[in-house]
Amino acid sequence: MWDGEAAVAALPAVLEGFGVTLVATVLGFAVAAVLGLVLALVQRAGPVWLALPVRGAAGFVRSTPLLVQLFAAWVLVPGLDAPVLGVLVLGVHYATYLSEVYRTGIDAVPKGQWEACTALSLPRRRVWAAVVLPQAVRNVLPPLGNYAVSMFKETPLLSVITVHEMVHEANTYGSTHFAYLESFTLAAAVFLLASWPTSVLVRRLEARLAH
Amino acid sequence: MADFLPELSRAVPRLADGLLVTVEATVLGAALALVLAYALGLLSRSARPPVRAAARLVVEFFRGTSLYVQLFWLFFALPMLGFRLEPLACGVLALGLNFGAYGSEVVRGAVAAVPRAQTEAAIALGMGPALRLRRVVLPQAHALMVAPFKNLLVQLLKATPLLSLVTVPDLTFQIDQLRSSTGATAASYLLLLGLYFGLAVVLSLGMNALERAAKARAGQEGGV
Repeated sequence: MWDGEAAVAALPAVLEGFGVTLVATVLGFAVAAVLGLVLALVQRAGPVWLALPVRGAAGFVRSTPLLVQLFAAWVLVPGLDAPVLGVLVLGVHYATYLSEVYRTGIDAVPKGQWEACTALSLPRRRVWAAVVLPQAVRNVLPPLGNYAVSMFKETPLLSVITVHEMVHEANTYGSTHFAYLESFTLAAAVFLLASWPTSVLVRRLEARLAH
Repeated sequence: MADFLPELSRAVPRLADGLLVTVEATVLGAALALVLAYALGLLSRSARPPVRAAARLVVEFFRGTSLYVQLFWLFFALPMLGFRLEPLACGVLALGLNFGAYGSEVVRGAVAAVPRAQTEAAIALGMGPALRLRRVVLPQAHALMVAPFKNLLVQLLKATPLLSLVTVPDLTFQIDQLRSSTGATAASYLLLLGLYFGLAVVLSLGMNALERAAKARAGQEGGV
């Protein structure tokens, strides 16, 4: 049965793991946001010999499980620390999703904007940097926020490559003190408390940008 | 690597067993998720505020607490309350609850996207609420639901390797056995990634066919 004292005792370990979870999410998302934009630009504006293979590889990464990718990277890429590797795998996995988001955002920029750039004979680089991307980024902010929340909820997978994030800590505490009920319930509560307000904020942002 | 291929051919029956477990977990998890998605999605459009609030609460709870924690909670914490579930049952339940919560948003959104005039016309024809939903609103909503459900189904398939962490002998579990008995780590994991990719492609193709059929039934563009 639920033991209040055990829950209080488990809290510091769970919160310490939460710190790792949060850092992994922020860094992983930073990798995904930048790499995703690169992937989108290559697929959208790159030469065909590069765009096609990149598209195929992104599709493959998107349709295979993150857990298996972590296992594979863990044994195939030696010499990297587990947290670094975990952040990179998370980042690459989510970059393949974000590249689709960016692509939709870029496609949603009105055609007249491109035509105006052509009429002003702006150089290609300026067209992207000063006209298309600023408008596209505004379009994609809400879906980016949603993906950040899902990534946050997938970071527990990093525990399989020995990263001491929150679920790893909850598991360790639960097994050494025979307090799985308390430690995992706390972990669930922390996830809920952290992800719910973020989802609400993203939904508000979505509603505001829709007008 | 030299003895990987003979070892692989000997392991084929076990891999087939694992594949079966993965497919089973995917199908059962998806079936449970589908039922929950409809129930929660339709309840969250109820005219009664308490019903709506309860449905939203359940959805936010299962979306917000992370599938991984839910699975581990069912496997490790639930027995401490006196209930012990089979590992596969834990997996199916966690997948169903989590993806059902996400799916309910799909159902809710699709039903909301059916033009209001369709409901009004059905009322004018004297149809009751149940008949309206069944014959007018849902067939049109279905055509909108298939594409997002396809994404969720692929996500669900990709979440099944997690079950190997709670001792379910699925495809990932069996290939991991093959890996430790042959030492051919790279080959084993590449095979595993390839198999999941194949499964995802099969699922997508099946769902594309369903989408065409649903659109055709609702008399929409793109249907055959």
